[in-house]
Amino acid sequence: MIYLDANATEPLRPAARQAAIAAMELAGNPASIHAAGRQARRVLEDARTRIAAALGGEPEGLVFTSGGTEANALAIAGLGHGRRILCGATEHAAVLEAAPGAPRIPVDRDGALDLGALDTLLAQGGPALVCVMLANNETGVIAAMPEIARLCRQHGALLHVDAVQAAGRMTIDMAALGADSLALSGHKIGGPKGAGALLLARGRDIEAPLIAGGGQERGRRGGTPSLPAIAGFAAALHEAQNPAPSLAPLRDAAEAAAIAAGALVCGAGPRLPNTSSLALPGVRADGQVIALDLAGIAVSAGAACSSGKVARSHVLDAMGLPYAACAIRVSLPWNATSAHIDAFAAAYATMAARMRRQAA
Amino acid sequence: MIYLDNQATTPTDPRVLDAMLPWFARDFGNPHSAEHAMGRHAADAVEAARAEIAALIGADPRDIVLTSGATESNNLAIKGAARFAAAGPRRRIITLATEHKCVLESVRDLAAENFEPCILPVGRDGLLDLDRLKDALRTPTLLVSVMAVNNETGVRQNLAAIAGLVHEAGALLHSDIAQAAGKLKFDVENPRISLASISGHKIYGPKGIGALYVRRRPRVRLSPLFSGGGQERGLRPGTIPAPLAVGLGEACRIAAAEMGEDEARIAALRARFLERLGVPVVVNGAAGLPGCLSLRFPGARALDLIAACPTLCVSTGSACTSADIAPSHVLTAMGLSAADAAATLRVGIGRFTSPSDIDAAASLLAAAAHIPAEA
Repeated sequence: MIYLDANATEPLRPAARQAAIAAMELAGNPASIHAAGRQARRVLEDARTRIAAALGGEPEGLVFTSGGTEANALAIAGLGHGRRILCGATEHAAVLEAAPGAPRIPVDRDGALDLGALDTLLAQGGPALVCVMLANNETGVIAAMPEIARLCRQHGALLHVDAVQAAGRMTIDMAALGADSLALSGHKIGGPKGAGALLLARGRDIEAPLIAGGGQERGRRGGTPSLPAIAGFAAALHEAQNPAPSLAPLRDAAEAAAIAAGALVCGAGPRLPNTSSLALPGVRADGQVIALDLAGIAVSAGAACSSGKVARSHVLDAMGLPYAACAIRVSLPWNATSAHIDAFAAAYATMAARMRRQAA
Repeated sequence: MIYLDNQATTPTDPRVLDAMLPWFARDFGNPHSAEHAMGRHAADAVEAARAEIAALIGADPRDIVLTSGATESNNLAIKGAARFAAAGPRRRIITLATEHKCVLESVRDLAAENFEPCILPVGRDGLLDLDRLKDALRTPTLLVSVMAVNNETGVRQNLAAIAGLVHEAGALLHSDIAQAAGKLKFDVENPRISLASISGHKIYGPKGIGALYVRRRPRVRLSPLFSGGGQERGLRPGTIPAPLAVGLGEACRIAAAEMGEDEARIAALRARFLERLGVPVVVNGAAGLPGCLSLRFPGARALDLIAACPTLCVSTGSACTSADIAPSHVLTAMGLSAADAAATLRVGIGRFTSPSDIDAAASLLAAAAHIPAEA
């Protein structure tokens, strides 16, 4: 099985695996004051310091959560209190569903946020919380964050950035982005599933926790922290940020092969080096995914959480592209090789030729 | 280091770790990626784990919602049930003064959402007076939350009698069974429970995973704490951490198989500890979970005892509040004075406690207790 569905979940990085297993062998609860508890607490606080530093934030602003979905929900409930919520039209379901009915900021055909529309929306009412993802999970398109942040500041709005797909795949400096909060997920970086974080900018705090009780995380998130997953998260981010060979050449090779077989690449401008949204006009995405699965290639038709439903891509719909039902997402994991790309290219060409013949 | 704080957290059983390891390496798929084989493989493992969790408490796998832990489960059960019924006539939410902080906070937080928190006292033995509950239930009540076994004292509430009263009143019964599950026989049908919260790391599983039992017949309706993605029947969005879920499943399987054996051994270790201690102590609360001892050392201060035994991991109470200077809310609710509460240590014996751990702990504490407390 060749795994090209990294945006659903990254393979666990070896350093993350070691850190998680080491943490699992610690007996203590990080809230306990005895030696075993202090040992666990050191692991927790060390992870907090390292993750915050890697993203240009401060450890005091980092709240560990169960994952990216909870981090986004905590930001929206916690920073959005008493504010209008505005969401980018191509946001992840975790954001869109946490702010039901929120006006959506349109994007253009390349997937870039419409800054004029954002300006208008911001001018139309009271203080807002704007939610924009740094990099899109389906297309990899990277948002023009400093400009978005500047507009938000001009209108007294707060900016929450879903950095779940961006973290570990591009350099992130919270201050340079101008974000008031960042949502992160450990397993999208190559850490274990079960940990994420909300990183709050200096001076920002949440109104009330989603999960109350116990006083952990400075009262912002109750419950014993998921120590193994958190330790693995920190190790994964560290490893991801150590200069690794860029995936862009492999991605470009995969895209070139797909284009040669008749595909169109959705999304343009700055993109993550690992993500391609490949449309095959007239060929249903679920059929493409199943054919590739049978050929031993794991890709997806969209976000993993909704993939059971094989729904249309709301991302491509929002971009105004007519390919919402016929695009697949190819997302290269950190350990992708050129042999994987060659196998993908061959399987894709075979699949495309056969399916287009059937569709014709 | 002698670890006797098994109510704060338990060491991960090596068998649990072994079961999790493949999911930390080769089998890393997202269990929601139904479109490819790796995703389906992970989904199958999660479902097998769900079945083990359900089996431990006599539930159907479809009744089990995976969460990040018991704190989240408690929040989801209490706030979720209240928010779903927000438009209904029942406003009262009843719980006990000795519940875990996350239950008390969840119940109290609901006051801001127009519910009426009702916190019932307990007796000196830590038990709820059933007449008090009967009285409280005269006001139409939505939900009663009573933990099966207390995390500081091990006191076991009479859930069978409580369930009878709660159901008669037409209310839901939630139980935080984080300390009871896998240690004492617990069956959601006997007595009939509406909602029950489980923690992975209290039963030799990993931290970061828990479960909420949500009865389907008759169906208990909840609103999610947060939205996005639709996983877990819409009750709990977010990617299920498959390795942690596998670990919880294995922990439940082992507990179901070895519960009797574990508890007999732990009860013997408890008796041995009390016998070897050789200094006068008072055990707080009615008999309950043998592995949880709330011990008062008259004339001593618990913090001094802990400081005098740096190789011994025991606690003054709940881990969540262990940095607090305030006396334990559980002990004060049982009528202990602040001084008596400050003289109390929690000793938690677990599956991996050896007789030599017990002997060493007893002699360390006995020696420390003979040191006169500082003025």
